[in-house]
Amino acid sequence: MRLHHLFCYAALATLSLSSSAQAATTITWWHAMEGVLGEKVNEIADEFNASQDEYVVKPVYKGSYSDNLTATIAAFRANQAPAITQVFEVGTATMMNARGAIYPIHQLMEETDTPFDPDAFLPAVKSYYTSSDGQMLSMPFNSSTPVLYYNKDAFRKAGIETPPATWKAVGEAAHKLVESGASECGLTTAWPSWTQLENFSAIDDLPFATHANGFDGTDARLVFDKQEATVAHIQNLAEWQKSHAFEYGGRADSGTKRFQSGRCAMLTTSSASRAGIQEAAKGKFTFGIAPLPYDAKAVNQPRNSIIGGASLWVMRGHSDDVYRGVAKFLNFLSSPAIQADWASFTGYVPITTAAYQRLKSQGFYADNPGASVAIDQLTRGTPDDNGRGVRLGNMPQIRNIIAEQLEKAFNGDEPAAEALHEAARRGNQELAQFQQSVAH
Amino acid sequence: MTTFERHRFTPWLLLAPQLAIVAVFFFWPAAESLRQAFYVQDAFGLGERFVGLANFQRVMASAEYWQAMGVTALFSVLVAVGAMGLALLLAVLADRVMHGARLYRILLTWPYAIAPAVAGLLWMFMFDPVLGVLTHALAGFGIHWDAQLNPGQALLLVVIASIWQQMSYNFVFFLAGLQMIPASLLEAAAIDGASPFRRFVGITLPLLSPTAFFLLVMNSVYVLFETFATIDNTTLGGPGGATRTLVYKLYEDGFVARDLGSSSAQSVLLMVLVGALTFVQFRYLERRVQY
Amino acid sequence: MRYHRPHLDRLTHLLLLLGVIVFGLPLWLALTASTHSAGDLQSGIAPLWFGSEGLANYWQLLSQPIAGLGVSALRLLGNSLVMALGIAIGKIAISLLAAYAIVFFRFPCRTLCFWLIFITLMLPVEVRIVPTYGVVARFGLIDTYAGMILPLIASATATFLLRQSFMSLPQELFEAARLDGAGPLRFLKDFVLPLSKTNLAALFVIMFIYGWNQYLWPLLAANSPEHATAVISLKNLVQSTDTLPPWQLATAMAVMTVLPPVAVIIAMQRFFVRGLTDTEK
Repeated sequence: MRLHHLFCYAALATLSLSSSAQAATTITWWHAMEGVLGEKVNEIADEFNASQDEYVVKPVYKGSYSDNLTATIAAFRANQAPAITQVFEVGTATMMNARGAIYPIHQLMEETDTPFDPDAFLPAVKSYYTSSDGQMLSMPFNSSTPVLYYNKDAFRKAGIETPPATWKAVGEAAHKLVESGASECGLTTAWPSWTQLENFSAIDDLPFATHANGFDGTDARLVFDKQEATVAHIQNLAEWQKSHAFEYGGRADSGTKRFQSGRCAMLTTSSASRAGIQEAAKGKFTFGIAPLPYDAKAVNQPRNSIIGGASLWVMRGHSDDVYRGVAKFLNFLSSPAIQADWASFTGYVPITTAAYQRLKSQGFYADNPGASVAIDQLTRGTPDDNGRGVRLGNMPQIRNIIAEQLEKAFNGDEPAAEALHEAARRGNQELAQFQQSVAH
Repeated sequence: MTTFERHRFTPWLLLAPQLAIVAVFFFWPAAESLRQAFYVQDAFGLGERFVGLANFQRVMASAEYWQAMGVTALFSVLVAVGAMGLALLLAVLADRVMHGARLYRILLTWPYAIAPAVAGLLWMFMFDPVLGVLTHALAGFGIHWDAQLNPGQALLLVVIASIWQQMSYNFVFFLAGLQMIPASLLEAAAIDGASPFRRFVGITLPLLSPTAFFLLVMNSVYVLFETFATIDNTTLGGPGGATRTLVYKLYEDGFVARDLGSSSAQSVLLMVLVGALTFVQFRYLERRVQY
Repeated sequence: MRYHRPHLDRLTHLLLLLGVIVFGLPLWLALTASTHSAGDLQSGIAPLWFGSEGLANYWQLLSQPIAGLGVSALRLLGNSLVMALGIAIGKIAISLLAAYAIVFFRFPCRTLCFWLIFITLMLPVEVRIVPTYGVVARFGLIDTYAGMILPLIASATATFLLRQSFMSLPQELFEAARLDGAGPLRFLKDFVLPLSKTNLAALFVIMFIYGWNQYLWPLLAANSPEHATAVISLKNLVQSTDTLPPWQLATAMAVMTVLPPVAVIIAMQRFFVRGLTDTEK
């Protein structure tokens, strides 16, 4: 019968997977890098595999970040976890608190006698993946930060000379763009919570949550709704929405479309979107990149923004031999040559100072105007409690809740203050639930 | 019915495949759901704690759960009214025609084969903010379509996609029901001088009411479970939870928030709801058999 | 005989045609858009008529790996076919045996067995999705065809229908078989199966469409592109990160995805209607 064949097939597939580990030790690496990024990941693995013959790194594309985290968790529960898995920044708290499931990177490096210097990483990157006792738990890999993209043609048409540096200037520019008919919509955004709340808070030195945004413990609670500037910012966006000076573009990165099609003249999204936007704008309009605006009423000087992207986590349940290979590979991965190549190819920021210097001396930033905006913005000043990042449990769900409440503010159902307050209240329930689930 | 008597092991052998699959892939997960509903567990399964009814209390106390309940109910009503109304109209028409009845039936039943996910995608394409045909048509009437922000429009989008997909199902049943109505009954009424409208209201509708009731239940079941794919391909439950059904919430809490306790509690509540629906349906079917 | 009035007939046809057009519109627009180039679809309104690309978009999807997925549409459609056939044939096979045992044998716990199977009617896989994932993962069946199929055949719709159909077989049949000296297997093969052909075909149509159109379960169970189905690939196509959605490809993929089940409905219209009205009784 057909079913019988299927069982055979499944059995065969399992066999063929396990039998490839004959000569060299296989290291599985689950990732969520699709398309060209995925091909680049394969290239990096091939390069490592060719450089020695003890270990074979096998990258496996597992779908979106969320899919990969689901798959990793399920595989761990079934004792089949990969050696390395890529987890997005909002999954950091989940991984960090799964003490029995992860092999902290500092410990791995120490126990395998692999040279490892956490200070080689950019401070904003390092701090994001470092525990409160100063130990690095996962390996940074692809980091980005939100920037402002603007349509130069539309700006010229509206008679605006320079990209706006403050949110006040953004509002004026957006209204001017719409009123002059230079574009149908002024500003749109992707990743609304990340750009408009998390990074708004960091840049304007406002707390997003207590206990250094969760860096100092799982008892942190959301407080963005209590910051006057944050509430005013969302209220402004809601006002602008009425005249199309701002258009909410949906969750995740779907807002990008409104900029790419030329409908909106400004967009706040990840620096890693540069290549995609370039591709779509080709032959239609020229665009520029500027730092994410700040609120001049909240700070005199904008502070550093915080990162997005993902890091690599090492999972428990493998042999010492595998871990020696993992350490070797991660060491290879963070070398300046690999990192500089990866950053220049993808639009992610270089994560080590050495890689940054290398790109600089190669003239990459001179040749690619706009590419340096992200790294400059990330590295200005020293990150303080409001600027190390956001490390909260259940963060993917909290982002959903925030997006939901922002939608209510933007469509006029609720005033910003009320919508944000409800977002914080519901988010705090998630945090309490998380705290309870990891306390045993 | 007479049966094979002297075979003691044969029936078990025959039953074994189905019993095994049902035990492993139905009863085990269902029991697991029931158990997990009383525990709080971290995502990796590293530890768990018995919390009694706390998960249920948490679910019942959350405004989002009741919002999802409301959305599911409203969604069901809109799809049932829309799909059944259209299906009844088209079935009555298709029942009337003498020529091309078979062709009409095929041309009106094929949407049943469309996956709910595809239905969502196709309607989203027509309502696309940039190139959607309907977006532009509506703009002509001065209506600004933005399902990403407008809760009413978002719900309308998934309702329309669902009606499109579900109409054909209702159509098949109504047409079958209409064809079972004895022609003599209608003729007798016509001879008595009843107008076509009177005949429809007085004879056809009452005879179709069991079918309609059955379809009402089936449409609710459809909205409960099948529309997950439609929503996941269009509105993702937004904006502001306006299109988040009970199953979508269950999925979000289980796989995005990884809150196993809460999602299991919701599973159990959903089991009770579906159980009640099934019970109602069978009670009604029993009655119909007695007629 | 019903009273037919010419102008009323014309109105009937007109309304029916209108219905056919309205219900056909979404697919028609997908069909026309799929023959345009990416450039055509990036600005302006979706075209109502065919474009310059002909079947080029279809050829691209079928012959090259899809960006972001890494496998071609051929593979996706093949996976859908394996899943739809696996579910249809698997479900009918196990249900056939179980229903046969319940109807034609007397054994202890017979009623209990029937109810154990019957109760599965109440809980579709969506309700027990989280623990089902856990169970399938424990067997290492995530990302295998078996894992995609088995939880979906753990349901009693087919058993229930076949049980009713077997019970309505004439009593004389059984007597004739016994006179013939037929054992249980020969009775099934030579008497019961031939008489159940129509029911089996009807069940097959419904189960095939059910399997082909599955969404939530394969989304979770097939977490690598090698096992992704056509239906779940569409979301990847439309929600491609940082690029405009390639609608010309998404619509072409949508057309290819709906073609097999629509063809089944049209070709097996008689069994489809029968299957639909029977499975739900």
